[in-house]
Amino acid sequence: MIRPELVCPAGTPAGLRTAVEAGADTVYCGFQNATNARNFPGLNFTPQEMERAVGHAHDRGTKVLLALNTFPPAGKFDLWRDAAALGAEMGVDAFIVADIGVADHIAREHPGARLHLSVQAAASSPEAIRYYCREFGVKRVVLPRILTVPEIEALAAEIPCEIETFIFGNHGLMVEGRCSLTNYVTGLSTNMDGVCSPAADVHYDRDTEGTMTTRLRDVTIDRFGCAETAGYPTICKGRYHAPHREDGYYAFEEPVSLNLAKLLPSLMGAGVHAFKIEGRQRSRAYVRKVVGAFRRAVDDVMAGETPALDDLVALTEGRKQTEGAFKTKKWR
Amino acid sequence: MSRKLTLGPIPFHWPAETKRDFYARIADEAPVDEVYLGEVICSKRAPFFERAYAAVADRLERGGKRVILSSLSEVMTKRERQMMAGLCEVDDREIEINNNSGLLHVSGRTHRIGPMMNVYNERTLAVLHVRGATHFALPVEMPGHAVARIGQAAAAAGAGLEVQVFGRASLAVSARCYHARAHGRTKDNCQFVCEDDPDGMPLTTLAGEPFLRINGIQTLSQSCVNLLGDLDDVAASGVTHYRLVPQDTDMLAVVGVFRDVLDGRATGAEGAARMDALDIAAPFSNGFWHARPGAHHVRTAR
Repeated sequence: MIRPELVCPAGTPAGLRTAVEAGADTVYCGFQNATNARNFPGLNFTPQEMERAVGHAHDRGTKVLLALNTFPPAGKFDLWRDAAALGAEMGVDAFIVADIGVADHIAREHPGARLHLSVQAAASSPEAIRYYCREFGVKRVVLPRILTVPEIEALAAEIPCEIETFIFGNHGLMVEGRCSLTNYVTGLSTNMDGVCSPAADVHYDRDTEGTMTTRLRDVTIDRFGCAETAGYPTICKGRYHAPHREDGYYAFEEPVSLNLAKLLPSLMGAGVHAFKIEGRQRSRAYVRKVVGAFRRAVDDVMAGETPALDDLVALTEGRKQTEGAFKTKKWR
Repeated sequence: MSRKLTLGPIPFHWPAETKRDFYARIADEAPVDEVYLGEVICSKRAPFFERAYAAVADRLERGGKRVILSSLSEVMTKRERQMMAGLCEVDDREIEINNNSGLLHVSGRTHRIGPMMNVYNERTLAVLHVRGATHFALPVEMPGHAVARIGQAAAAAGAGLEVQVFGRASLAVSARCYHARAHGRTKDNCQFVCEDDPDGMPLTTLAGEPFLRINGIQTLSQSCVNLLGDLDDVAASGVTHYRLVPQDTDMLAVVGVFRDVLDGRATGAEGAARMDALDIAAPFSNGFWHARPGAHHVRTAR
């Protein structure tokens, strides 16, 4: 069995140090601009912070991946080019890319740099993955969260690169890198600006009877009674009316978190090289807890012991969780 | 510069007979230059019309239209992979690739790049162009200022550049079928409920506002993209092909209006009045083009 790399979120310098302490093999992070898909206020790294963070991680034997996983619109390519140059200079261990132009640029201008294909590239078949490997020398693919474990195992035999899968965190519903829902409502693009449901456009309104309405700009995403906890308004997690439904319903998916704790051993058996934990926007406490728990679980499986999976399941703290598409095709 | 009017693939699961009649009228009566044929959304729908394509394509070509065969946008299952590989072997007609799996097959051979392919910048265009892409349909969310920049690169490469100027915008695709989900089914036992909604299944917010349209695995805008008032800007950006995406409305009339305005036989104002008279059951939008929320409609001087 391959010893899988635990790839952990680092939204801030402090978050990076926390993930390293908690046992991350690898952390991933981005600069404070549109070059990465978590371009949120208060998140990410200045060039100086990034340089120090890379040094800190490398001193402790932890790798650093730089997310350059958005799509530069024509006329703005320089921002991505400069970010790649900075990353190369700082010695990041790999670049996570989605755009064909960005992949080609790094492959040519920074030969020897390691490329990982972001989930935002939506490479969901052996042919798609092989294309990126052949043309740009991609060494690892981050798989879309739509494949079952047997499908991942079959895929592993057909591609010449490593596989990274998400195992925990926010659960995207749409094909990532192919969603313009946020732009339709807010004028900011997930692909070009790196934002999904931007906080500046989010509103929580409570009426006199205590009902909470959540909105993204002028669009109502959901409503909650006094006893319910209002979720963050993301279009694909909202409730809507449809002709064949009596009440408002989650047209796309219940608001759930992905948690593949119970599938860890089978994913390791399927030939997955790296497990990714989502959540660069989450707190240090969350990172410490989740990374620490998965660190122990992976080590237990490698040692031939039964991991304490219940601890991992409990991490979602009462929130609904799902094994998504990984468990069964019926999810589709 | 050439101003070619194109008809995109039908996104919806219309009955075979409806599709046949639709294309017969397009072939005989619609002044479009090019027609894209193919099931782009769902591989399960493909068998219903697969055998009809050859005759439809012939008829369109007899009507003076160039026919391009469009691929699926989602490719994951064995069947979908086979469909993509099969399409890429076609050598008597042009093909449009809508999923990156197709790129592996067509490298070095002439092909078109579809609007689901995320060509956002000059560098991506150049990489694909040297590998055989001769024509690029841009993502529907591309703002006009970026189209103008990529337009220079397309012109320098001698490549065609296409923008959607009419029809609901494709906002997202998924591995999951939301039509089936609305009916308590899954993709595998969907019973083709999507056929009941020739213009997509409306999703309305809890506040009662029409918001989106579900078409199987695809989520479309409630609003209908209409760049009729922006055509001069679109042309100045280096766009050579103007795409109309079919929906359940009088598409022949829509084609007629765009043709007349593109050819200077009608002013933008006259065209807009004719579009309003068509009573299309959706508000018009051009927000993406103006780098505003996609649902917005920005009034433009005509």
